[in-house]
Amino acid sequence: MNTIIFTIVSLSVLGLVLSLILYLVSQKFKVVEDPRIDGVQELLPAANCGGCGYAGCRAFAEACVKAEDLDKMYCPVGGNSVMQNVAGYLGVKVADKAPQIAVVRCNGTCDNRPKTSNYDGYSSCAVMANLFAGDTDCRYGCLGQGDCELSCKFDAIKMDPKTGLPEVDEEKCTACGACVKACPKMIIELRNKGLKNRRIFVSCINKDKGGVAKKACVVACIGCTKCQKVCPYDAITMSNNLAYIDYNKCKLCRKCVIECPTRAIWEVNFPVRLPRAEKAQIIDQK
Amino acid sequence: MSKTFSLGGIHPHDNKISATASIENFPLVDTAYISMSQHLGAPAEPVVAKGDTVKVGQLIAKSSGFISANIHSSVSGVVSSVELLPDLSGTMVQHIVIKVEGDVWMDNIDRSEEIVSEIKLSGPEIIAKIAECGVVGLGGAAFPTNIKLSPPAGKTAEYLIINGAECEPYLTSDYRIMVESPEQILIGTKIMMKALNVKSAYFGVEDNKPKAIKLLKKIAGKSYQDIKIVSLTKRYPQGGEKQMIEAITGRQVPSMGLPIDVGVVVQNVGTALAVYEAVQKNKPLFDGIVTITGKCMKEQRNFRLRVGTTFDIMMYAIGGLPKDAVKLISGGPMMGKAVCRMDAASVKSTSALLLLTEEETKRGVESNCIRCAKCVDACPMGLEPYLLNRLSRAGRIEDLEEHMVHDCIECGCCIYTCPSNIPLLDTIRLSKAQVIKIIRSRPKK
Repeated sequence: MNTIIFTIVSLSVLGLVLSLILYLVSQKFKVVEDPRIDGVQELLPAANCGGCGYAGCRAFAEACVKAEDLDKMYCPVGGNSVMQNVAGYLGVKVADKAPQIAVVRCNGTCDNRPKTSNYDGYSSCAVMANLFAGDTDCRYGCLGQGDCELSCKFDAIKMDPKTGLPEVDEEKCTACGACVKACPKMIIELRNKGLKNRRIFVSCINKDKGGVAKKACVVACIGCTKCQKVCPYDAITMSNNLAYIDYNKCKLCRKCVIECPTRAIWEVNFPVRLPRAEKAQIIDQK
Repeated sequence: MSKTFSLGGIHPHDNKISATASIENFPLVDTAYISMSQHLGAPAEPVVAKGDTVKVGQLIAKSSGFISANIHSSVSGVVSSVELLPDLSGTMVQHIVIKVEGDVWMDNIDRSEEIVSEIKLSGPEIIAKIAECGVVGLGGAAFPTNIKLSPPAGKTAEYLIINGAECEPYLTSDYRIMVESPEQILIGTKIMMKALNVKSAYFGVEDNKPKAIKLLKKIAGKSYQDIKIVSLTKRYPQGGEKQMIEAITGRQVPSMGLPIDVGVVVQNVGTALAVYEAVQKNKPLFDGIVTITGKCMKEQRNFRLRVGTTFDIMMYAIGGLPKDAVKLISGGPMMGKAVCRMDAASVKSTSALLLLTEEETKRGVESNCIRCAKCVDACPMGLEPYLLNRLSRAGRIEDLEEHMVHDCIECGCCIYTCPSNIPLLDTIRLSKAQVIKIIRSRPKK
């Protein structure tokens, strides 16, 4: 009997002493965490993609709570709605940002840009770019091994087996920027989605002189500056034989698209352009 | 007993099928494309312009920095343009294009066959002469020789090692040099010994070249007793600088260190010949011995080829590209670079052109790592290629640095031995480049 009582008493005392130590330690090393961090984290999409520039959603939530000005913070996956929710939760205001999308600036399909050598090594753009300029005469273009596809966490960018180029799924792309970082040739760019999802961009990054670029790829930008001259909004700049359209200035008038002699400028999500004669007929009928 | 290095290594079939073909002069070309980046370091700056007439051996581009080298014309004629042209990997490099007219050499070049053995110049004069003649290391990296021969302050060279291992399969250019001009190489060695102020030199030759060893021993024993000819057991990569030093002296070069840290300077056989020609014959480096070989070729050839000859001209000279050749490699099969453009031109360090058939180059289908550790056994640097490959694919740069990926010499032993056909070298080479970039970007202590 004594043994049982002794056991119960000694264990209880031991338990009390240890719990006291634990209590004191937890008081001493208490981490005060802003409860709002958990609240913000719950509002975030939990993709942990790192598109915001932070290590993950938790880190972004912490930064949001600490930040005085939410205008510099942006979750590309959640977009404006999530940012408004976060701002509402924290009791601050945030301006809407134009939604963005990844854009592939190369149109060097097998027909447009013939292969001049055959790469049979490890299938990775980074490895290939480390070895040589590329298996076509264009040393700027897409290498076609699909590093962007592997980097995408949202299944939004896929290699098209027909063209050998990556295709961005507009519905799925969150503009997190993972593919932009993965591409060793820096072909992919984040651009504003644009009005009604309509966009105009130069689908080429070849900086070679016109003749060299054209020889390597029939749809290359040859740096003729015709688009720059025709643009009424000064949205187009030329550098190193390459045109670049500023998406903040572009008003989607499509004059450059018509002017471009090599069809290097692309229009996306515009209604199909009718030949001039048919268009005149429709107007006449009206 | 012949010496060798301690760690790793493989024994590929040496395939020296062009060993018996003696060196012939390559026919004159119509147009020469001379690259401004034929060496490690800053590209040379052209000193000629369009329309200028140049002679063989005339200076056409000046070294433009501490690590850089002069470039001389390999042909005589008129400069038709100075423009950006792709090199063999498609990178744009400035080239001087010369339309060839006749074969007029500079008057001060001694073109006689006579062997000049007396070294008249003093040490510093020799180094200046080598720099002036644009001599670079012909073992592959093309590091300017004059810099290698002037050790940095506080470090002194104890030995000079001449690398005649030629451990890469197929290549025979160094072997032909050793067999055809042994005396010249030994004089070249003596010149470099004088420049470095060292008392003894070693000459490492692999034992699959008994004729060269016998010949060199005979001549060295007669008149160059301070040059010891060392016979090395045939093993790849014996010709790697660090492996060569370990095989001959037993010293190990520290990680990220240079041979001079252990008191050794290593030079290639081809460099020794170039030094001899520069110092004794006043001939700048504008040509080199190039092996053109491959099992698909009817005739194996060794040429004395002038810099700036395009690969398609070389193919034309051997009677056209063989039908079953699918891959052209500049250099040996283990470390050479595949040629992706036939209009690219040869450079000073071009030592071979290897033609391979589809069957020889075919890569197997990759399967899972079976942890056989063959790659670990084969690695001459004591690395763990299977681990580096996994870390590289996961993008773990810090762990890669911890596992010394920057010590990789890219010899290809791991990928050669892998039974699962894992592209070990491809992934390791990529992360090596990334890690070295990070290490170099760190502020120095």
